[in-house]
Amino acid sequence: MTAPSSAPIVRLRGVDKVFAARDGARTVALQGIDLDIAPGEFVSLIGPSGCGKSTLLRIIGDLVQATTGEVTVNGKPADRARRDRDYGMVFQAPVLFDWRSVEDNVRLPLEILGRDKAWRVERARQMLDLVDLGEFTKHMPYQLSGGMQQRVAIARALSFEPRILLMDEPFGALDEMTRERLNDEVLRIWEQTGTTIVFVTHSIPEAVFLSSRVVVMSPRPGRITKIVDIDLPRPRTDAIRESEAYFARITEVREALRAGGGHAGSGAGGAGGADGSGAGGDAGEAAGVAGTASARRTAAEGAVG
Amino acid sequence: MSVPAHDSVRQLERGVELELEAAEPSLGRPSLRRPLLFLAAVVVVLFAWEGVKLLGGTPWRAPGALPGSPVLWNPPFRWPFANDLNLPHVYSIVWAMFQPFQRGAEDSLLRYLVGAALYTWREAFIGFVLGSLLGLGLATIFVHSRLAERAFVPYVIASQTIPIMALAPLVVFALGQGVGSVVVIATYLTFFPVTIAMLRGLRTFDPRALELLRSYGASRREIYTKLRLPASMPYLFTALKIAATASIVGAIIAEDTGAIQEGLGRVIITFNQYYATGPEKLWATIFVAAILGILFFLVIRVAELLVLRGRPGVGE
Repeated sequence: MTAPSSAPIVRLRGVDKVFAARDGARTVALQGIDLDIAPGEFVSLIGPSGCGKSTLLRIIGDLVQATTGEVTVNGKPADRARRDRDYGMVFQAPVLFDWRSVEDNVRLPLEILGRDKAWRVERARQMLDLVDLGEFTKHMPYQLSGGMQQRVAIARALSFEPRILLMDEPFGALDEMTRERLNDEVLRIWEQTGTTIVFVTHSIPEAVFLSSRVVVMSPRPGRITKIVDIDLPRPRTDAIRESEAYFARITEVREALRAGGGHAGSGAGGAGGADGSGAGGDAGEAAGVAGTASARRTAAEGAVG
Repeated sequence: MSVPAHDSVRQLERGVELELEAAEPSLGRPSLRRPLLFLAAVVVVLFAWEGVKLLGGTPWRAPGALPGSPVLWNPPFRWPFANDLNLPHVYSIVWAMFQPFQRGAEDSLLRYLVGAALYTWREAFIGFVLGSLLGLGLATIFVHSRLAERAFVPYVIASQTIPIMALAPLVVFALGQGVGSVVVIATYLTFFPVTIAMLRGLRTFDPRALELLRSYGASRREIYTKLRLPASMPYLFTALKIAATASIVGAIIAEDTGAIQEGLGRVIITFNQYYATGPEKLWATIFVAAILGILFFLVIRVAELLVLRGRPGVGE
């Protein structure tokens, strides 16, 4: 990956976020965040619950404003970037509009961007093919499973070719098998579109498998304790999920999480431990699913091409 | 622990199957249950009605028969509330519908009532449309301006504490007798439920959907048309169903004050005055007014099903 030095697409300097409650109590959610993200990078933010990683994502997306510090996106202030439609957002819940069909949901951002109708129709079809939902364009959201709904949300976020895709635990509510399939899909889309992705997750294996860098954060006040480079080869296939290097990176991230957890003690340690056992389960499952997942993917690529 | 590959293949296939099952469009079959239940309830009421008359009514004679004609059935009791003046036979009411509405008239009572009902409905409908638009407009202003909401919502509520009987003459004094006054009063009864329901409805959207729209740089207007308004539709239709019936009641009451001769209001006053000589006529009028309200309600219900089709939980 390109070194995050030349012209970062996201540049954070000294970002603090303080939430003031009505009674005057102040909660420091983020403290002294410095981070550069290069164009085309896949960066994951990981940390225990309440470490402010979602807040950090929202600050990058200008949905929450930093208390102090500087947020530059695409060389301009974050609010400018938002108004220029540089962002695509994917949340943990799909947040589909239930009165719109699947394809109309995907077209929503294009309507707001004022693209003409023919383009909207064409683009929605392409995007739904990309996430393997070409047959479900006319369905209503409630007729789809959770995993399918989340794929619609991804298609919607990609439809207007945002420069940056912000994903806030997008697969957190899904079962492990669906999550792995969607991880493969996100990587494929990322490779095809060349967009920059900032990805918030609880899962160490997920972060390691997807990212070019993993940003490890400490609990409240949220700080960056370590940035782990994930130098695993691309494309990331299922073979990687079984490789030594993969487990080595997982261990590195977990240890960084533990170290960062320091004074918060049991909270961070517990989260690390839970994720660790999850990783064990993943490895077993990955071995079994390997063959089918890649078979499915080639079929999907056939459909797109 | 090595899992045989084909097992997980099966597992994955099962997963896909489940997804497809979940994706199967569950088309809500148009159910006959509810109309049938409604009809059953009507039949029960009719039987109870005639049952009471069977036990304690006036001696039964053929409809339209003169006093002294043969008695068909002599009830064992004489309950005042069940006599032919207070509670005419259902069949007498039906029979009266097909008689001239007054001596020497060409039109049957039914025809006369349907004409009056359509006239009233027209007034009510105009009031309903104006009131709904007014309610929607007010609610739209209020959800965008806390200041306007705090300042004016108390007056909206206070407006409904004024009895319509007190307000109707004021409107007629101001606008003169005529359809205009009736429409204004129907509007007045309609805007309130719509305003109150939409104050809430326009705020029921998913806050994350708002975040999403903001991330696209959507304007307030786009947030309104693409999120707030569509999300509020279930509330709107609940309010419209209340408003539909309220508009008819309002129009009937206002017709009296507004001295409208052609609508149900005048018919009710007249048949009230001549109740002693033809109780069936007032009862027939009440039935027609009720049916008018039900039909208006059903029209809104059908519109609701059309607008909300495809949303979860619609069609129960």
